[in-house]
Amino acid sequence: MKYQLELQNICKSYGSLKANEDITLGIKPASIHALLGENGAGKSTLVKIIYGSLQSNSGTMKWCDQDYKPNSPFEAREKGLAMVFQHFSLFESLTVAENIILGLDGVGLDSDYIEQITKYSKQYGLNVNAQQVVGDLSVGARQRVEIIRCLMQEPKLLIMDEPTSVLTPQEVSDLFITLRKLAENGCTILYISHKLEEVRQICHQATILRGGKLIQNCNPQEHSKRELAEMMIGKKLINLARSNIKIGEDVFSINNLSKKSEEMFGVDLYDICLTVKEGSIVGIAGVAGNGQDELMHLLIGEKKSPEGVLIFKGKDIGKLNSHQRRQLSMFFTPEERLGHGAVADMKLDENMLLSRPQKSEMTNYGVINWQQVEMLTQRVITDFDVQTQSSKMLAQSLSGGNLQKFMVGRELIQNPDLLIVAQPTWGVDAGSENHIHQSLITLAEQGSAILIISQDLDEVLTLCEQVHVITAGKLSPAVDMQDNGLEKLSQLMVGGKSND
Amino acid sequence: MINIEQRTDSSAKMVILAPILALTLTAISTMIIFLWASLDVMNAFYVFYIEPLTGKYNLSELLVKAAPLMMIALGLSIGFRAGVWNIGAEGQYIIGAISGGAVGLYYYNVEATWLIPLMAFAAVLGGMGYAGIAAFLRTRFQVNEILVTLMLTYVAILFLSAMVFGPLRNPDGFNFPESRIFHDSATLPIIWQGTRAHIGFIIALLFAGVTWFITKKHMFGMQIKISGSAPRAARFAGFNENKTIWYALLISGGLAGLAGLFEAAGPVGQLVPHLPVGYGFTAIIVAFLARLHPIGIVFTSLLIALTYMGGENAQITLQLPSSITSVFQGMLLFYFLACNVLIEHKVAFSFNWSK
Repeated sequence: MKYQLELQNICKSYGSLKANEDITLGIKPASIHALLGENGAGKSTLVKIIYGSLQSNSGTMKWCDQDYKPNSPFEAREKGLAMVFQHFSLFESLTVAENIILGLDGVGLDSDYIEQITKYSKQYGLNVNAQQVVGDLSVGARQRVEIIRCLMQEPKLLIMDEPTSVLTPQEVSDLFITLRKLAENGCTILYISHKLEEVRQICHQATILRGGKLIQNCNPQEHSKRELAEMMIGKKLINLARSNIKIGEDVFSINNLSKKSEEMFGVDLYDICLTVKEGSIVGIAGVAGNGQDELMHLLIGEKKSPEGVLIFKGKDIGKLNSHQRRQLSMFFTPEERLGHGAVADMKLDENMLLSRPQKSEMTNYGVINWQQVEMLTQRVITDFDVQTQSSKMLAQSLSGGNLQKFMVGRELIQNPDLLIVAQPTWGVDAGSENHIHQSLITLAEQGSAILIISQDLDEVLTLCEQVHVITAGKLSPAVDMQDNGLEKLSQLMVGGKSND
Repeated sequence: MINIEQRTDSSAKMVILAPILALTLTAISTMIIFLWASLDVMNAFYVFYIEPLTGKYNLSELLVKAAPLMMIALGLSIGFRAGVWNIGAEGQYIIGAISGGAVGLYYYNVEATWLIPLMAFAAVLGGMGYAGIAAFLRTRFQVNEILVTLMLTYVAILFLSAMVFGPLRNPDGFNFPESRIFHDSATLPIIWQGTRAHIGFIIALLFAGVTWFITKKHMFGMQIKISGSAPRAARFAGFNENKTIWYALLISGGLAGLAGLFEAAGPVGQLVPHLPVGYGFTAIIVAFLARLHPIGIVFTSLLIALTYMGGENAQITLQLPSSITSVFQGMLLFYFLACNVLIEHKVAFSFNWSK
């Protein structure tokens, strides 16, 4: 048997849209095979065809050299395929064991299964306690439950859909250990991702899709991250480099900000201090859920801050709302796109009006100048390469990357003196990420101050010259990235104190 | 297999077609009811749909009934867009009639052009104040405004009774529970000689224009819309959530109050216990039939007024029970909501013989 699974000329179209065009590939047994591509490249469609939840229009598949044409995921599972979805399907009020057994056909809860669960969890380093209630587990642990559930069926091919998008860096490396062990024991893994670094780390083979077509089969370890990215997006990436950094006066400072969270499971903030200067990019790194959301609310002005704590160009802005802050040339891009930074069921031009400082001339005594709005929307669309049919498209119809470019662009065309942006490239494809990073650098070069809150350490390292780390509502002192910053930073990330 | 699939974009064609389809289905269903009641279908159809559109009396009465519906529905549409559910316009309508009417009775027999504006002002304040109770409870204590406004309606009905049995009762009225009949200066000008059609209809049309301007061209309309569909985005845009709730309730309450006064100082001519006839509730249907669009409300208020007229005619000519009007309005709303699904969704037929 040369291939575990072989695809021959698979085609699938929805109306005039060709989601998969003539895709031929082979997945070797006991290998980790990556399916790499941007959002909308056709990865999901292809996987659904393999897993039987969609049927191809033409083309054939072979499973262990035999014809394979599943009509439902049930048939696929019978053959020995299993899939871990991006969104888990676990009952929070049930225990791990109950959840796992519910997913199996026709078995009841008995000690044999608990033993088996424990066996798998030991064998593959999937650290979970079978008796624990799922609701109490972290996201990473939930994913491990899903993996064990798949392993109970003793699959020959395990499909993982964007498995790391919800994990912390530590959880990611644990997952990789598990995946490697699985492959060593003969389980083939199909790994779907758009994260290039990961694919380079653990995959033996990679298939790159773009626009529904197969672009290349290659060994990802033989190509640089950049080469892979360029194959994936089909164009050259711009070289990101901060040149002529000119740091000026203080623009914005947070002085000893402490605030109890008003939410039930919120994080309290303790004594946060930070300064951003003209022309500089300051980053706040840290794993999600350590107070970033609460801090962002206060920075945007969605919640009021105590007196004397938020100082922008010498002015106390703690009591101003977001609109009043924008008048002073302070702009924001929140993390969440739909429902926060943009309204899902409103058109792009209407969404422009969320951020409408007086100088933009979009409104005059509250009367909307639609001509001006249209002009600025067009400018955002062209300057920031937002892929959309027109300014009249609903925000929800744009892909994540395009909406993100729109949201960043909407703030950037106002030439902010200070831009505060949370997770600027979260869930965004490589091309858009590159574009957004480039425009942030350009803004800083023009002398604006930028504060980036990001979980993505690579991003923070590429862009910022000073980085803080946030853990459990506390902010570390600034780490200068020029002199050996990375080392200090990783110490802070794992919870240790900086030595100086 | 019949599947209902989400459209990628709302269908412009269906926005126009949905109400027409709903009307047709309602007409067919009423015909079935007529058949069932063994009536002459063509005649019943004429009585119900066509007769209200003939003659000076019928047409003018159409305007009389459309005016309060339009005014209330315009106010409600603003609140509904913001996701603020004022269900008790009927109560604000009553309080508006009482407060405006009381001013008229206080200046009884004073001949002055300022009296009607003053009464209108009092009515708006009354309606606003009454809706303001719900706004206060919602913003301060997170009390659901649906329950508060709805329950306050019953309080208002009893308050009206208390008033016309007590302080506002006509001293020369042989103890009948009604106020004095408003004198000429406290009565709305008639716009069509020889009928009851009053200036309230013109004013309602003006409000429709203003509401249209606000929703299309003014930031306040955007504030309402954004607050309704994405509260967090509204905060991001710098809008205060509590203020939006206050505005929504004050505007809808004020307009309902004004409509109440116009009814009392217009066709009814005095304060009586049976002043509330359900316009405040029916206006909810009017607003939704128009998909909360201000110009649409002009048409749907006329359409619903037509069902009132048709229902009355049916009672008199065909001896049908008075609930026929409600059956009718309910059916219209039901079909309309069903047809509205087609705007955002499409029906796909797929035949999969392999299963």
